[in-house]
Amino acid sequence: MNDTTGFYELVVNGKKREVRDSWVGESLLYVLRERLGLMGSKGACEQGECGSCTVLLDGDAVCSCLVLAATATDSEVVTVEGLAADGAPTDVQKAFVEHGAVQCGFCTPGLIVAVHHLLDRNPDPSAIEVKEALSGNICRCTGYGRIFAAVETVVAIRKGAGK
Amino acid sequence: MKNTPSSTRTRNRGVLGTSALRPDGVAKTQGNFAFSSDFQAENMLWGATLRSPHPHARIVSIDPSEAWKISGVEAIIFADDVPGKATYGLIASDQPVFARDVVRYMGEPIAAVAADHPETCRRAIAAIKVVYEGLPVLSDMDAAIDPATPAIHPDGNVFRHQRIVSGNPDVMGDVVVEGTYDIGMQDQAFLGLEAALAYPDPGGAGVELVVATQWLHEDRKQIADCLDLAPEKVRLVLGGVGGAFGAREDISLQVHTCLLALRTGRPVKVQYGREESFFGHVHRHPGRIHLRHHADRAGKLVKVEGWMKLDGGAYASTSSAVLINGITHLQGPYACDNSRLDAWATRTNNPPCGAMRGFGVVQACFAHEGQMDKLAAALGLSPVEIRLRNAMKTGDKLFTGQVVDSVAPVARCIRETDAIPLPADAQYGTGSLELPGGSGRTSDPSHIRRGIGWGVSIKNLMYSEGFDDSAEARCTLVDGVATLKFATAEVGQGFVVLAQQIARTVLGVDTVVLDTIDTQIGSAGSTSASRQTWMSGGAVDGACRLVRERLFEHVAHLHNLDPLQLVIEGTEIVDTLGPLRMPVAEASKGLRIEQTFLHRHRPTEELDENGQGNCHVAFAFVAHRAVVDVDTELGLVKVVQIATAQDVGQVLNPLALLGQIEGGIAQGLGLAVMEEIVVDRGVVRNPSFTDYLLPTTLDAPDVVAIPIEEYEPLAPLGAKGVGEPPCISVTPAIVAAIRNATGRDIVRTPVRPQDICLPS
Repeated sequence: MNDTTGFYELVVNGKKREVRDSWVGESLLYVLRERLGLMGSKGACEQGECGSCTVLLDGDAVCSCLVLAATATDSEVVTVEGLAADGAPTDVQKAFVEHGAVQCGFCTPGLIVAVHHLLDRNPDPSAIEVKEALSGNICRCTGYGRIFAAVETVVAIRKGAGK
Repeated sequence: MKNTPSSTRTRNRGVLGTSALRPDGVAKTQGNFAFSSDFQAENMLWGATLRSPHPHARIVSIDPSEAWKISGVEAIIFADDVPGKATYGLIASDQPVFARDVVRYMGEPIAAVAADHPETCRRAIAAIKVVYEGLPVLSDMDAAIDPATPAIHPDGNVFRHQRIVSGNPDVMGDVVVEGTYDIGMQDQAFLGLEAALAYPDPGGAGVELVVATQWLHEDRKQIADCLDLAPEKVRLVLGGVGGAFGAREDISLQVHTCLLALRTGRPVKVQYGREESFFGHVHRHPGRIHLRHHADRAGKLVKVEGWMKLDGGAYASTSSAVLINGITHLQGPYACDNSRLDAWATRTNNPPCGAMRGFGVVQACFAHEGQMDKLAAALGLSPVEIRLRNAMKTGDKLFTGQVVDSVAPVARCIRETDAIPLPADAQYGTGSLELPGGSGRTSDPSHIRRGIGWGVSIKNLMYSEGFDDSAEARCTLVDGVATLKFATAEVGQGFVVLAQQIARTVLGVDTVVLDTIDTQIGSAGSTSASRQTWMSGGAVDGACRLVRERLFEHVAHLHNLDPLQLVIEGTEIVDTLGPLRMPVAEASKGLRIEQTFLHRHRPTEELDENGQGNCHVAFAFVAHRAVVDVDTELGLVKVVQIATAQDVGQVLNPLALLGQIEGGIAQGLGLAVMEEIVVDRGVVRNPSFTDYLLPTTLDAPDVVAIPIEEYEPLAPLGAKGVGEPPCISVTPAIVAAIRNATGRDIVRTPVRPQDICLPS
């Protein structure tokens, strides 16, 4: 391409990452995946409807397909790869597997980020609060029942651990 | 089961019958699982497709000169650049790789480009000048059937007509009801968009394609024909598949991606966006069905007559097979001898339609269940009673003359569903998110009416009409570790965990390694038609049993025993007539036993001109009861509860089964109240997730599911396929519940607000 920019820096999962010779129109999702090799964030609609590309931007859950990467230079980005520092699955990730919340798995990373975001802010959500918080993450395989079961389990375990 | 399967059964080594966990689960939650869109290669180019904006037009000229001026463009290819067969198709090869002279649907591919960046591709596509001359758009099924309408394709405007006549087609019942039903065009809307990466062999001698598909070997055959390469020169590897639901059975980007890689000599990745995906794959057939049901005064069916029209759109895909499934299931799960039915699948300038979960039976069921409710009303019977009085059982004969020899617990499905407690009455506060309409919060609690509706269905399992169907698998046992090889597309359904469960059970091993899913073994057939548990499950089971026989022979020889005395208990080989008991891991030390097994189901027949013949392999049944709350002023619907009892044969994995049931119900709910590709004279109006609505967490009903577990003797593992039935009769159940709540005779699905709250 002719119209590439020189250089900018993103902070992703706590590390500074350089982005060189990119086109300024690239979304954060594209840069994370194609330039930084972080394939965990998925693209499925490109218009912020499905939530598959959910990442944390300064602690807020956002659709990375709707964020221009070059505008995120002053922000902290956390992707699904950055939720557990040591590579072991988090409690949410474990519960998703244990409760059958994963089928094709394409929506899963976005949902994992969204569930962490929810439970970090609201450790004891009601059923309708869970539904509202996850209503921007579309899953086509599960019908959501096992996802709710996984979230309930994490809430119960975290409550038990806090006692 | 009642929705707590993981706690109700122990996981016990992950053998059959337990809720064993899928081996790809953790990687999928961590974002490490490689979907087909996640592959990259050194020196890789991106590819993109130029598509027609018109549903029917002559191509007057194509001028790519401006596109070639864009820096970074490496290839632009057209119809003349296809070295082999110019067309492809699953049943009839009638769809051009690229349109040459004429486009027959909006979104038909005309050219493809390869360039250094997706944005360069987009600009190049936009710079190719195509001059079109509009042609009359054929968008109406009746016009397509009319022989006076000019053909829009050399193969004509009707893909297939089929008739079924059985028993005494002139008999009349005491009570006659009739209705005409419309079904909208549904999209599979898998989340993982079409994506593939092609690696050319040096000198263009062959190509390797990493792709998300349902059927590697069928893809390979069609790709090889178009590329003019021998099939063994085209190697397919299954990239992770982000859902399928029928939409990956046809060719989409496979040939284009390979052509671009071979033309440039570089790896090429093609990845559709959501809008392109709506144009890039086939959809569920929209249709219109007219039925007249005759019954005696006791409510027993006497005759079913009528017709079915399914619109296949511009190209054949699987329309002729969908049509046969449709017409042979218009009977529903009910015993009846007499019929006179006709069905047509038409070619129009609408989007091509083909496979989607339920495959013609979804449409048929919407109509026959509407009719059963009409009969019940005419006879003063309840929806449950009319269905029980006609429930099919093993040994009953279908309209096709085929005897149902599958386990057929239709009455049990209905009774057990009926016994599930109804949900509590709604307690809505104003502005509650739980109101019909959800986050809109516009609904008024005082306008809400509750309704209850029923749907029951029959679904054939596996392919039909004489298709020579088989699945191959290989098992290798080394030092107590089993490795399985198969070409079965894992699309999310969980065959990978089932295969491990089978090997653990048959061989007594704990570690089961799954080899790459690719074309380096014989075909497994398609992951569709609820067939892989039966077909690939049968193949894995067969291969493991052969390995076990060799292992028993080895152990028996060493210990001077008859191998027939030996069995597997847990992880040990046990002599049933003596003291020998040794771990499989020990018995297989230093050995390498490898066996391949090809599983076939019994043959089927084509239908004759009166629709007679044993065309299906086996059947599964399910009942659904829906409870809805409807805001009758605003036309908003909330599906409160779905109760279901499903005939599943032997339960192999309760957790995976529940996932299929709940997921299928959500898709059927989508077709009932929100999902429709809106097509206006061939023009698609809503190709995006903003305008094509899918069920979200807020739309998910409470699901209470009961598996009806009766061992199916016809099936290799005693288990029926469970993927399709959940999405079939739930749609008519929800629509019946809306009728019940509103008193309106709603005859189309999806039900739109205006169908509820405006004059018809």
